Amino acid sequence: MNAELKIKGAPSIEELRASPAFPSYEELRRGPIAVIECIEEIPCNPCEGACPFHAIRVGSPITNLPHLDVEKCVGCGRCVAACSGLCIYVKDFTYSETTCTISFPFEYLPLPEVGQEVEMVDRHGNVICKGTVRRVNNAKANDNTAVITAEYDKAYFEDVVNMKRLGI
Amino acid sequence: MTRAELVIVGAGPAGLSAAIEAAKNGVKVLLIDENAKPGGQLFKQIHKFFGSKAHRAGVRGYVIGQQLLQETEELGIEVWLNSEVCGIEDSGHLLWVIRDGKESVQVRAEKLILSTGASENAVTFPGWNLPGVMGAGAAQTMINVHRVLPGKHIVMVGSGNVGVIVSYQLLQAGASVEAIVEAAPKIGGYGVHTAKVCRAGVPFYVGHTVKKAYGTDRVEAVDLIALDEKFRQIPGTEIHLACDTVCLATGLTPLTELAWLAGCKFDFIGALGGNIPMHNEKMQTSVPNVYIAGDIAGTEEASTAMEEGRLAGVNVACALGHCTAEHAKTRSDEIWENLNALRCGYFGQRRRDAKDLILKKGADLGI
Repeated sequence: MNAELKIKGAPSIEELRASPAFPSYEELRRGPIAVIECIEEIPCNPCEGACPFHAIRVGSPITNLPHLDVEKCVGCGRCVAACSGLCIYVKDFTYSETTCTISFPFEYLPLPEVGQEVEMVDRHGNVICKGTVRRVNNAKANDNTAVITAEYDKAYFEDVVNMKRLGI
Repeated sequence: MTRAELVIVGAGPAGLSAAIEAAKNGVKVLLIDENAKPGGQLFKQIHKFFGSKAHRAGVRGYVIGQQLLQETEELGIEVWLNSEVCGIEDSGHLLWVIRDGKESVQVRAEKLILSTGASENAVTFPGWNLPGVMGAGAAQTMINVHRVLPGKHIVMVGSGNVGVIVSYQLLQAGASVEAIVEAAPKIGGYGVHTAKVCRAGVPFYVGHTVKKAYGTDRVEAVDLIALDEKFRQIPGTEIHLACDTVCLATGLTPLTELAWLAGCKFDFIGALGGNIPMHNEKMQTSVPNVYIAGDIAGTEEASTAMEEGRLAGVNVACALGHCTAEHAKTRSDEIWENLNALRCGYFGQRRRDAKDLILKKGADLGI
C-alpha cells in the first residue's frame, strides 16, 4: 500500500491518481483547481470545513480520505493554508499561453517577495525550473502558513509542487 | 499537610484537560508539575494539529497550550510548579512532594490522576555518547522553546511522526537535515509529514541504522549501514555522512514510576510503549482512587491525551459526587466517540486494538 510514499517519503503519481481527491489529467488543465495529495487515512478534516463551496468531503469517520468534487472546486485556495498536513496546492494551467501558476503552502522564513525569481521543486526537492512569485498571502487567517503563488513554464506543469527554501 | 480533593500529577495536555474538566464540575484541583512551566510538550508543538475541526484541529500546538492555561487560570485551578512527587503511600491518598528543590510537603488527596507523560528511548551505537547526539525531543525543545539551533547538519534516526515533524522544524529553524534513517523497511510517520520534508530535499534511508558516530569533542560524522530483514547489519553497505548533530527519534516509553508506587496493576502492551497500568473506560486503575491519562496510559498523541484527560476528569468529578452518573456517562460517551475517531484508519487501528486489550485486561482484573 502506497509503497513509494512509505519508502521514499513522497507519493508517486500513480499513488496520487489512485486517491479520490486527485484531479484527472483533463480536470487539472481546465483552470484553477485544488490538488490534494492526501492518500493515507489519518484522523484529520479541517480541509472539509475550509471549503466555502463544499467541494471537499471527508465525512465520518474523519480518517476517510478527502474527496474532491471537481465540479464545485473553483480553485479559491482557502483549503491550502487550512490543511494541517500542508498537502494541498492550487494549480492553474490556463494562466497564460506559455505559463501556469501554483499556489502552495510555505512555512519557511524568509518569505519570497512578489516579483522575485525562485526555484521550483518537485516532490523530492529537485529544482526543475525557475518561477516568478506573483502573490504572497500571509493573511492572519492563514496562521503563519503563507500561500505563495508562483508563475512558471507550462512544460513543468505537472511536476512542480513547491519552491526551494530561500537563504540556504 | 496540604489537603486536596483531586491531585493531578503532570500539567501536560492530559493533566491540564483533566484539571479543566474536573474543575468545571466543581472539583477543587491541585495540579503539580516538576517543570518550571506548565504545558508539557504542547509549547514545543509549533505545527498545526490534525484531528477533527470540532476539536481544535488546524490549531498549532502551542496555541492549544495557551488556551488550556488560560482556562486553568479562569477556573482558579491551583498549580504547583517546580514540584516533584517523590513518594505515594496509603493507596494513592498520601503524596510526598519536594517543592522548589528544598521544601518537603505532604499532600493528602481524595483522588489522584497521574498524567506524567513519557520519555524518549535511545538507541546505542559506538559514539552515541558524543556531544551532539541527543533525543529528537531535546532538539525540539532547543529550537522551539529556547530558540537555540543545536547544529546545522542533522541526521535524524527514526522516521515516525516525531522524527519527521522535528526534522521539518529543524529545517524551519535553519538547519539542513542530511538524512532520516529508519531501521524498518518502511517509513513510520504520516505521509503528509514525510512529503513535506521530502520536497525540501531530505533523503530517507529505510532499512538502515547508524553503525557508528565519529568525532573528538563532538559528533562530526556518522556511518549508516543497511540492515537485512532480520535487522542484521550488512557489511560493505556503509554510507559516510558528515553531520554535527544526531537526533534520536526512536520511540517513547510511558513514565509509570508513580503508578508502580501507588500499587497499580500493570501489563506489557508493546504497541503502546511497554508496561502500562491497566485501567477501565473511566481511566480508573486497579487502585480505585487512582486514575491515569495521556502517555502514561500508552504513548499516543496530544489530541488523544487531552481526550483521556477529560475522561478521567469527569469520572473523578462523578466519583467525588460533584456531578450525576448520567452527566458523567453522557460526557464520557461523547469523549469516547472523539477517541474512537482518532484511533481508526491505517495508523490508528493498532492503537485502538491495544487500547481495547487494556480495557479487556482491566475488566479481567476486576477494574
